[in-house]
Amino acid sequence: MRVLYFAWVRQKVGAAEEAFDDLPAGVHDVGSLVAFLAARSPGHAAAFANPRQVRAAVNQEFATPGTPVKPGDEVAFFPPVTGG
Amino acid sequence: MATVRVQEAHFDLGAESAALTSGRSDVGGLASFVGICRADDGLAAMTLEHYPAMTEAAIARIAAEAERRWPLTGCTVIHRVGRMLPGDPIVLVLTASAHRAAALESCAFLIDWLKTRAPFWKREEFADGTERWVEAKAEDDQAAERWQAA
Repeated sequence: MRVLYFAWVRQKVGAAEEAFDDLPAGVHDVGSLVAFLAARSPGHAAAFANPRQVRAAVNQEFATPGTPVKPGDEVAFFPPVTGG
Repeated sequence: MATVRVQEAHFDLGAESAALTSGRSDVGGLASFVGICRADDGLAAMTLEHYPAMTEAAIARIAAEAERRWPLTGCTVIHRVGRMLPGDPIVLVLTASAHRAAALESCAFLIDWLKTRAPFWKREEFADGTERWVEAKAEDDQAAERWQAA
């Protein structure tokens, strides 16, 4: 699985991208992936400290905490968008 | 089928307008919106980051929704990325239709949904050297939501 980070989520995590060959068995949706990632480092914990401030996309489609994730997916985390 | 581009370069409003009208006689109205970098609170520059693999597809979905709701003869969305200075154009929305209401309404719809549904993030740089990420605004969400019922 590829995990991408954008904007201040990327800055807090300290990386733009991570790859995972094996994920814990309990990681089956965006919400459980966040719980796994948040425990990886203080930077990750800071990025995910307020889950309401972090949005997600699975395979380039906006997702919610209940959206399923599986090996091979591209999952992105970012703040609410501010383009236009 | 809308024209969607994400680019660092400036865009040319006149050339893009001509592309939607030249050589055809069915266009009765062309609406445009150009978003411009403002110098609020001593802003010196703004950098737009995006999610390259997702951005054009997300904009294309929004444009397809506009084409489903209004009888458009043409639609162009160009969003710039990278570093911009106050006064620089950031985004262009152009909609063409036989009649003005469809052109004006779809143009407003497109910019409202672009602000809340396309993966761009703005980082502001100030004259004193500080930087901050722009926060999403509740009024942008409300502007986008007014189109939900249509």
